[in-house]
Amino acid sequence: MAVKSLIKYEVERDPDFAQWVSHVIGGERIRNCIQCGLCSASCPLSPYMDFTPRRLMHMAREGFKRDVLGSFTIWLCTSCYSCTVECPRRIRVTDIMYALKRRAIEDGVYPRRFPIPVLASEFRGMIRRNGRVTETWLVFLVFMKTAILRLLGMSKLGTKLLLTGRMGILPETIRDRKQLQNLLDDVEAHRKEVAA
Amino acid sequence: MKRYLYYPGCSLRGTGKAYEESLLAVFKALEIEMEELEDWNCCGATAYMSIDEVSSFALAGRNLAMAEKKNLDLLAPCSACFLVLNKAQRYIKEYPKVAQTLEHGFKAAGLEYHGTTKVRHPLDVLINDIGLERIKACIKKPLTGLKVAPYYGCQIVRPYATFDLMYYPVTMDKLLRAVGAEVVDYPLKTRCCGGSQKGTLPEVGLSLIHILLKEAHRREAHIVSTICPLCQFNLDAFQEEAGKKYGEISMPVVYFTQLLGLAFGFSPKELGLERNIVAAKQLLAKFAPAAA
Repeated sequence: MAVKSLIKYEVERDPDFAQWVSHVIGGERIRNCIQCGLCSASCPLSPYMDFTPRRLMHMAREGFKRDVLGSFTIWLCTSCYSCTVECPRRIRVTDIMYALKRRAIEDGVYPRRFPIPVLASEFRGMIRRNGRVTETWLVFLVFMKTAILRLLGMSKLGTKLLLTGRMGILPETIRDRKQLQNLLDDVEAHRKEVAA
Repeated sequence: MKRYLYYPGCSLRGTGKAYEESLLAVFKALEIEMEELEDWNCCGATAYMSIDEVSSFALAGRNLAMAEKKNLDLLAPCSACFLVLNKAQRYIKEYPKVAQTLEHGFKAAGLEYHGTTKVRHPLDVLINDIGLERIKACIKKPLTGLKVAPYYGCQIVRPYATFDLMYYPVTMDKLLRAVGAEVVDYPLKTRCCGGSQKGTLPEVGLSLIHILLKEAHRREAHIVSTICPLCQFNLDAFQEEAGKKYGEISMPVVYFTQLLGLAFGFSPKELGLERNIVAAKQLLAKFAPAAA
């Protein structure tokens, strides 16, 4: 069992991070948080989190960047928006979770070979290539990169899906892929200017 | 005759095929015309937002822009699509910088968007545009005695409750009652099914799935009625695995449109009921005998 200090010190704070989090889309009211805990109480995933949403919001706005971005919590969020609709201070907790995920991916601080960021990036790649997602291929690509062995364990389910005609084999694509790519290229080139 | 622009989304062309089949059947019976949005692209779902939020609004935005030109309400049956399209639309209005970036992007792609597209859900259309009376008039085989747990999942009423109550939605309950089914009180009706968590963190996903099934069982439901392709997939495809871990429950999980379709006299095959992993056919044959 690893022993570590549970007290947080002023010097560990990163004021730039605290600034950043109150400027992300949806983060504008984070400083209004009264730590009531309705976000944590309503969250169906909080039993599995290392820091509950309430604690994470507090740590984020105070600038404890390493704890926040290294936390399991952000990867457990399924964006069901319970916290967001419960918050009496109208803080968009779900949006902040999204922003923290993006920051953790950008800074490369998520757990290695962790399947959620891999899923997200394969998903994005597929949309950029085809414009649509073919679930079968998406699942296949993610497992190839994260847990090849688990693919074998899924053959039974795969067979059932195939037999019930629920597994698309041919990749779905849109016709005007060029238009979509132009749109995404342009937005990506300019999005740095957006409040983030 | 009512006419809508139809945005199927990726799932209704894959694991959620039965949703599309039953939805189109039911809408046809009600003489609702559906025109598929030409060359629609993926909405971005929850995954794209975790990588690049503004681009995810652009993805949704392309669909909204193409729909706007058609001047018809855009029907999005998948919960993730419904949420993402709604969210993109709102955030374009709320955050001027998002709007600016997208406007620039739309121009580069030869698109135009003025923010007027109306995103609708089938439940909303059935209750508010069509009405229960017309639905009742289509019943050939009422689902008398069938006890249904109505499961809405998260993203239909959260965070935007545009057509139903946020904490205890009732539109699906009303439709199911209208076709003769008994709707059990199901307090977990808007609790999250875990989304893609079953794939990424299986132990967490399984427990969320089990909690929902167990509650439906405890409430003596025969069947769970869903409105989301991912909810249906989770509760159906992983039911056996959850059962092995937490105790077996046999609970068919279908789309609400499949139940409406049965009452309208469509065959299980026409409604995609044969695509279920936990078979629903035998059970439904008991309650809508002529239909099976």
